[in-house]
Amino acid sequence: MSISVLLVGMGLMMVAAFFLGRGRSLAVAGEQRLNSLPSFYGILTALWSILPGIALLGLWSIFDSNLIEYAALKHLPEALQGAPESELGLVMNQIYNIANDKYVGEAPVYMIEAANAIISMQKQSAWLQGVIVLAAMFIGAAVVWFAINPQMKARNRVESLFRVGLLACACIAILTTLGILLSVLFESLRFFQSVPITEFLFGTTWSPQGALRADQAASESSFGAVPLFAGTLLIAGIAMIIAVPTGLMAAIYLSEYAPQRFRSIVKPLLEVLAGVPTVVYGFFAALTVAPLIRDIAVSIGLNEYVNVTSESALAAGLVMGVMIIPFVSSLSDDVINAVPQSLRDGSFGLGATPSETIKQVVIPAALPGIVGGILLAVSRAIGETMIVVMAAGLAANLTANPLDSVTTVTVQIVTLLVGDQEFDSPKTLAAFALGLMLFITTLALNYVALHVVKKYREQYD
Amino acid sequence: MTEAALKEAKQPSEINLESGPDAGEHQTVGAPFHDNAKITVRNVDVFYADKQAVFDVSLDIGKNEVIAMIGPSGCGKSTFLRCLNRMNDTIDICRVTGSIKLEEKEILDTKIDVVPLRAEVGMVFQKPNPFPKSIYDNVAYGPRIHGLASRRSELDEIVETSLQKAGLWNEVKDRLHAPGTGLSGGQQQRLCIARTIAVSPEVILMDEPCSALDPIATAKIEELIAELSENFTIAIVTHSMQQAARVSNRTAYFHMGKLIEVNETEQVFTNPDHKLTEAYITGRFG
Amino acid sequence: MTNPDSQNQALTTAQKVELSLKKRYRAEARFKAFGLASICFGLLALVVLFSNIIGNGIGAFQQTDIQLEVTFDKDTLEIDDASDAQQLAIANFDGVIKNALKARFPDVKSRRDKRLLYGMISIGASFDLRDYLKAHPEKLGSTETLWLLADDDYDTYYKTLKAGEPFVGRMNEKQQAWVQSLLDNEQMKSSFNTRFFTSGDSAEPELAGILGALVGSLLTLLVTLLLSFPIGVAAAIYLEEYAKKTKLTDFIEVNINNLAAVPSVIFGLLGLAIFLNFFNMPRSIPLVGGLVLTLMTLPTIIISSRAAIKAVPPSIREAALGMGASKMQMILHHVLPLAMPGMLTGAIIGMAQALGETAPLLMIGMVAFIVDIPGGVTDPATVLPVQIFLWADSPERAFTERTSAAIMVLLAFLITMNALAIWLRKRLERRW
Repeated sequence: MSISVLLVGMGLMMVAAFFLGRGRSLAVAGEQRLNSLPSFYGILTALWSILPGIALLGLWSIFDSNLIEYAALKHLPEALQGAPESELGLVMNQIYNIANDKYVGEAPVYMIEAANAIISMQKQSAWLQGVIVLAAMFIGAAVVWFAINPQMKARNRVESLFRVGLLACACIAILTTLGILLSVLFESLRFFQSVPITEFLFGTTWSPQGALRADQAASESSFGAVPLFAGTLLIAGIAMIIAVPTGLMAAIYLSEYAPQRFRSIVKPLLEVLAGVPTVVYGFFAALTVAPLIRDIAVSIGLNEYVNVTSESALAAGLVMGVMIIPFVSSLSDDVINAVPQSLRDGSFGLGATPSETIKQVVIPAALPGIVGGILLAVSRAIGETMIVVMAAGLAANLTANPLDSVTTVTVQIVTLLVGDQEFDSPKTLAAFALGLMLFITTLALNYVALHVVKKYREQYD
Repeated sequence: MTEAALKEAKQPSEINLESGPDAGEHQTVGAPFHDNAKITVRNVDVFYADKQAVFDVSLDIGKNEVIAMIGPSGCGKSTFLRCLNRMNDTIDICRVTGSIKLEEKEILDTKIDVVPLRAEVGMVFQKPNPFPKSIYDNVAYGPRIHGLASRRSELDEIVETSLQKAGLWNEVKDRLHAPGTGLSGGQQQRLCIARTIAVSPEVILMDEPCSALDPIATAKIEELIAELSENFTIAIVTHSMQQAARVSNRTAYFHMGKLIEVNETEQVFTNPDHKLTEAYITGRFG
Repeated sequence: MTNPDSQNQALTTAQKVELSLKKRYRAEARFKAFGLASICFGLLALVVLFSNIIGNGIGAFQQTDIQLEVTFDKDTLEIDDASDAQQLAIANFDGVIKNALKARFPDVKSRRDKRLLYGMISIGASFDLRDYLKAHPEKLGSTETLWLLADDDYDTYYKTLKAGEPFVGRMNEKQQAWVQSLLDNEQMKSSFNTRFFTSGDSAEPELAGILGALVGSLLTLLVTLLLSFPIGVAAAIYLEEYAKKTKLTDFIEVNINNLAAVPSVIFGLLGLAIFLNFFNMPRSIPLVGGLVLTLMTLPTIIISSRAAIKAVPPSIREAALGMGASKMQMILHHVLPLAMPGMLTGAIIGMAQALGETAPLLMIGMVAFIVDIPGGVTDPATVLPVQIFLWADSPERAFTERTSAAIMVLLAFLITMNALAIWLRKRLERRW
């Protein structure tokens, strides 16, 4: 039974349950007054039918491929069954390819057998799944159907199910955070088993590709992440140097000086900058800005003193800064507008000029909010991926020269994980360790920033 | 007076201005002019976009006098007060016509610089609005931006005398560097007054300075106004007739954007010239 | 102009103020100019970015065609019946094109030059010829004057030649001479590039189109919308209407706000570890992409939905409850319909964000080279931003052009979505 057929079946079953439940309530009511509207009995029946169905469908989908794979392993020769996981994974991949008709060439007999076993098990599993899910739905509906009586508080039951459903949706936020934390933590721990955490945090050489070929000794790759952290900070620093003054001053001009018409035109235009996808900025940085910066640097002779490359930290940082301008400016705009007009009046009433009022009264009053906004912007710069992937390069140089190419945490995460990968090599796991670092850093920044901004808002509420 | 009463007062049907003796011309009765005028106001109209808020006001404010402006809510007295140091400039849609002279200087002239003007005509607002800075920095703010003190010791002196004049020195001298926002409401308002007089203006405008304060704090501010009147010209907008009676030399009564009557305070409260003034002070409305 | 206090001072307040004024106004002007300069910098960046993209990409909407005398020769094609689909499928249209080229440029003799000559016409042209013959089986054996799609090098050269600054690229002098000869005989022209909108990715720039990526993006967005909107709205309803101030609610709030600011690449790691490795879902499919983007956009949707629910006046809730409606009825009948425009606005903004997202999709393997147009959420697919990323990596100038064109399409979608959101918000604002 294919999944779409099953879904249609489940839908029909649910509708049937609704009408059966509704009919039942009317039938048992007779002369008595029902506790709730008949449709609530229908909804209750339908819900108790579909919920077990969905739960079973989900569980089945999660576990059946694992179970089938486990069963298929039995078809492999004894020698292979004890093989290390990575080797087994390769074999299983081949078997799946055979099962899906993607395999080209002659395959060993045991593989074909295993593939055939998988195909037949998949078929059986699909049928079994359909039957079990529909049966569960039927049982669920039947239990409610028999329980329906005029005194049953169907509406209250539906309402509490509704509430539980809403709560479950709200909890997805927690589950997501937990999922992120567990997935990066789990793989990171495996990584730290092979690479000591001190080497990762304090080592100054990053060359994860060392162990790419099997004949190379694993010791040739090293996982000192300091150049990555330095590169990330360099680029984020350049971005903030561009974005913070520009964004802040733009916000100040728009909220304190600009006439209404100017503001209503310019503000949305600036926000377009925030809506441009990062891949577009990356393309712009790599294709236009980076060569331009290199040409300028070469034309004024900088290449005689420092290393000038076509993938420079400056290009990535500059473009990232432009991307973050509207972010800083709209956050600053919000906090500047939250400063009460009475403070401005107080300052103007003493004869202060607008810039004196802004510099000495408005900005100090808005400072916590602005700092919070800047922290959020830093977090964004650190986590930005596409611009640096396309414009910053892969060379893990430990340098403060903005014209040189550097690499960042996010670039390495993407490079290490894109394409085919073995899930056990330290190279792949290193990406998760980097992800853990990134997650912890941005989480801390966000938490502090949101806390500061919240406190700030409460002050003027 | 209740909110409802205030609202009713605004209904033209309650008191028909047109039927008064000066219908149509808004002739102010009493003595709006002064021999030794610090500020001369002639034919001032104020508009918010298309809506006129103040109609043809002419008035003198004498040197070192305290003039109180009273009237029901929305009568235009605060709007008028804010014209006197061009604070209405901060409201985009506000337009002022007529003539206001500070001694010989035309205040409403668009070419005039509001910065030195506001240094000469200071303002205290309805709600205490200390800057989120220390007490010292609040008071020193004006002298600093205007470059009134060339040395630190001079600045210290200005801060001390201003706080003393505002009657706040003894309460805060030990915590000058504590934030100004940490003071009580009455203290905050006196801090704002100290901040204003630190620039040594010639005129101080007060826009309902006690409306956010409790009676004890109000009494202190009123005392302070009496003391300040020795050195400064003060124009105060107030909701409270008692306050006007206590602190002012002359009183101006506004009604629906029109200046109805100006007279010596005592006369206004005992024997007003205009029946609208009488109606207001006897509590018939407002 | 004196008051008793300043009498004994050398200068009055007014005089002192006057003294400092010039300096203060200079500072004022500087400050204001700095503010205006910041805005100009931002706007300039916007203009440069857009004009750069448009300047680079506008050419991709034109393709270059070359006119040749094509002889559908039975011997060269190795078929005898043009109405037989099976024969057509194996017919040698390449040979036909080569013959046509040889006939057009009879002087080309050496092997090397011939190879260059045959490269003039895109390999896609043979498929076009097959379609042509399929539609006109009677033309077998006849000679027709047809426009054939040029290869990308010639395409780029022709376009830059027309613009006045020829980009030679890999073209040698002989090739340039051929182009000149074609131009002299008006056998080269530009036409609208429909292929760009109707085909999938290709290794040949002149054949590459965005339809595959576009469909992939739409399928991914569909999954995202179907999951994130109901879940986001449900979560918002819970937090606004049901949640009491408990530790759990606080924790949910903190989580939502934090997730809104977590870098998108982290969501990619989550998708890789949970969906691909733990649940064994296949790589490169819109379903998984949609799941990842759902988790990423949920915070945005929850936050904006909460704002929309908050904006519904409490009086309406009280009126409903006062009529004896249950809480669920109050929410479903009154609060939700009134908050819906605001929620939709948030959803559109969230979808726009998801449409432009690249990094998390790289993590879950949506970077494969996929030629076919995906037909469903479980077909391998790529998405528009990833297609842009892939093309941006290709060295050919023709791909640069296509990258910019794809960006223009992406931006057009984003601008439309945001304009829709703004329009909805404007309409909503007038409600109360």
